[in-house]
Amino acid sequence: MASKKKSESPQTADSETLKSLLHSMLLQRRFEEKVGEAYALGKIGGFCHLYIGQEAVSTGTLSMLREDDYVITTYRDHGQAIARGMTPRSVMAELFGRIDGCSRGKGGSMHLFDRNLNFLGGHGIVGGHVPLAAGVGFAIKYRGGDQVIICFMGESVVNTGAFHEALNMAALWKLPCVFVIENNKYGMGTAVERAAAIKDLSTRAASYDGMYAEHVDGQDVMAVRDATSRALTHARKGQPVLLEVRTYRYMGHSMSDAVSGTYRTKAELDEYLKRDPINLFRAKLLESGDLSEEQFAAMEQEIKAIVQDSWDFADASPEPPAESLYEDVLVTTES
Amino acid sequence: MAVITYREALNQALREEMARDDRVFLMGEEVAQYNGAYKVSKGLLDEFGEMRVVDTPITELGFAGVGVGAAMVGLRPVIEFMTWNFAVLALDQVVNSAAKMLYMSGGQYPVPIVFRGPNGAALQLSAQHSQAFESWLAHIPGLKVVTPGTPYDAKGLLKAAIRDDNPVIVLEGEMLYNTKGEVPEDDYIVPIGKADLKREGDHCSIITSGKMVLVAMNAADQLAKEGIRVDVVDLRTVRPMDVEAITASVRKTNRAVVLEEGWEIAGIGAQVVDYIQRECFDDLDAPVVRVHQADVPMPYAKGLERAAKPDLAKTIAAVKKVMYVD
Ligand SMILES: Cc1ncc(C[n+]2csc(CCOP(=O)(O)OP(=O)(O)O)c2C)c(N)n1
Ligand SMILES: [Mg+2]
Repeated sequence: MASKKKSESPQTADSETLKSLLHSMLLQRRFEEKVGEAYALGKIGGFCHLYIGQEAVSTGTLSMLREDDYVITTYRDHGQAIARGMTPRSVMAELFGRIDGCSRGKGGSMHLFDRNLNFLGGHGIVGGHVPLAAGVGFAIKYRGGDQVIICFMGESVVNTGAFHEALNMAALWKLPCVFVIENNKYGMGTAVERAAAIKDLSTRAASYDGMYAEHVDGQDVMAVRDATSRALTHARKGQPVLLEVRTYRYMGHSMSDAVSGTYRTKAELDEYLKRDPINLFRAKLLESGDLSEEQFAAMEQEIKAIVQDSWDFADASPEPPAESLYEDVLVTTES
Repeated sequence: MAVITYREALNQALREEMARDDRVFLMGEEVAQYNGAYKVSKGLLDEFGEMRVVDTPITELGFAGVGVGAAMVGLRPVIEFMTWNFAVLALDQVVNSAAKMLYMSGGQYPVPIVFRGPNGAALQLSAQHSQAFESWLAHIPGLKVVTPGTPYDAKGLLKAAIRDDNPVIVLEGEMLYNTKGEVPEDDYIVPIGKADLKREGDHCSIITSGKMVLVAMNAADQLAKEGIRVDVVDLRTVRPMDVEAITASVRKTNRAVVLEEGWEIAGIGAQVVDYIQRECFDDLDAPVVRVHQADVPMPYAKGLERAAKPDLAKTIAAVKKVMYVD
């Protein structure tokens, strides 16, 4: 959940905060596993992109944001929606195409929105939402506010024109934007090195004077928090940031893609599974004494119940009524 | 009433709306220091400052998206495209972002934005700089599309567009900017979605909009000398279209010519003809005739360009054809 406080220092996180980070990641993981089940049963349709493996990115970044900051992302948006504080119920109901979904059943998996949380949506055109983030940054500056926007994107986005057009304007106009590249190594089946003529993606920022850039281990939630903390400091002063977070997706690109697929080996996947962000963090907390085995078991139980409840809620929620078909095409205003 | 140019009318609309609502800002290439590629934004930088009159790099996709993002969080951007030919690079933001946001967010995120600029052909600018895009844009649910043909309508429609909470496309015309007409000094708007009967006659309807309104008015003048009285229906908005105004005219005249600047296939005129056949089938005394650009990219040579464009002679010939004279 977005913190009400100003960004705290990631280093001084207390036991409760540490446990809440683990809780956030585990909730995303178990939620996505449930989504996979529901998809197999035909409860969910269309394109559906799971976030499993990348949870330290959403939790690490969004746990540092203020409530009045903004978030925008891609179609791979379930994890970030939950990490931002959207309820599993409203997300699951959206995936089920029901009226209680966060987008009233009009958006589906790729288009989760929540105005109350300044969650400006999942967007389906690769690269297309990056200029929108610059626009939100422009509006913040226009009003003289000190909020920021975090814009998540897959690593394929760095090769699009929209990305460069947006970063250029963000740097030119000193907009409070943090552009987060979730480098999970693949855009569908295309490995990053087969698509980007650059190894270190964060160096794309070198084209834009004044932009702050770094890359960080995306399987280490505390490292992501650290990097986010630095990023926010720069962005709140009007210095845009390009943050490359190196992660991995454990599932296929979407539900129609086999887990390892034709484009990567089982051996590679197994190698990355050793650095599962949730296992790593749990082990760390057990070792430091911030978490006990009993507490973890209880957390698992609690999350299992939350996720089951989201399914039950979604299943019971009505389909959108026929008359809603023509609603929300236009706002009806008097000019 | 003051007689001013179409360009000045647009300038007044921008100035008045920016003065009345500080969420309104103008963004685009050359809009600020250069005073606008076509001088529509003349003087606005001095009056409103550089946060509200914003020069952009040549980055249509990017700044169209900046507008959409700013609109999502409460500003009211007016995005100027130097011409709509260049806006093709930005159509992802117009079509996939602006037009879809309200719907796919289940009503949470309106996008109160105006995309405006000159549309269609000027003179001898050839293939890449002479395209009319009204049918492309009118195809998209989630957009409104207005096509003012006179200074009065330009000011009133632009003001209405800026006050509207939806994405509104304003298609202007380079060849219109210097045309003059009466424009009231006091605050008024022209409602979006309402056609205007620009000329009354009972022999034949010409249904048109935008730059072609002037052609239709000239045709009506010429035909009047031959005793043919033409109704000129200026649609003013091509989405949503004022079907009642079309049918009222055709029911009166029983004959129709549909005149548009763009190409024939899937053009705006095709939609008008569909409304006519649905609503006025039994009223028609002749098949409807369409006048439009030849089905070719716009050529450069003067003679070829003239042959490609819809014009006065073609419009008069079309009216005579539906009247079965000549
Ligand atoms: C402009 C555009 N082209 C193609 C697609 C189809 N597509 C959807 S996701 C995707 C891969 C994107 O990969 P990446 O940016 O790395 O994000 P990831 O899926 O890994 O999160 C492609 C090609 C699209 N949605 N938009
Ligand atoms: Mg990827």
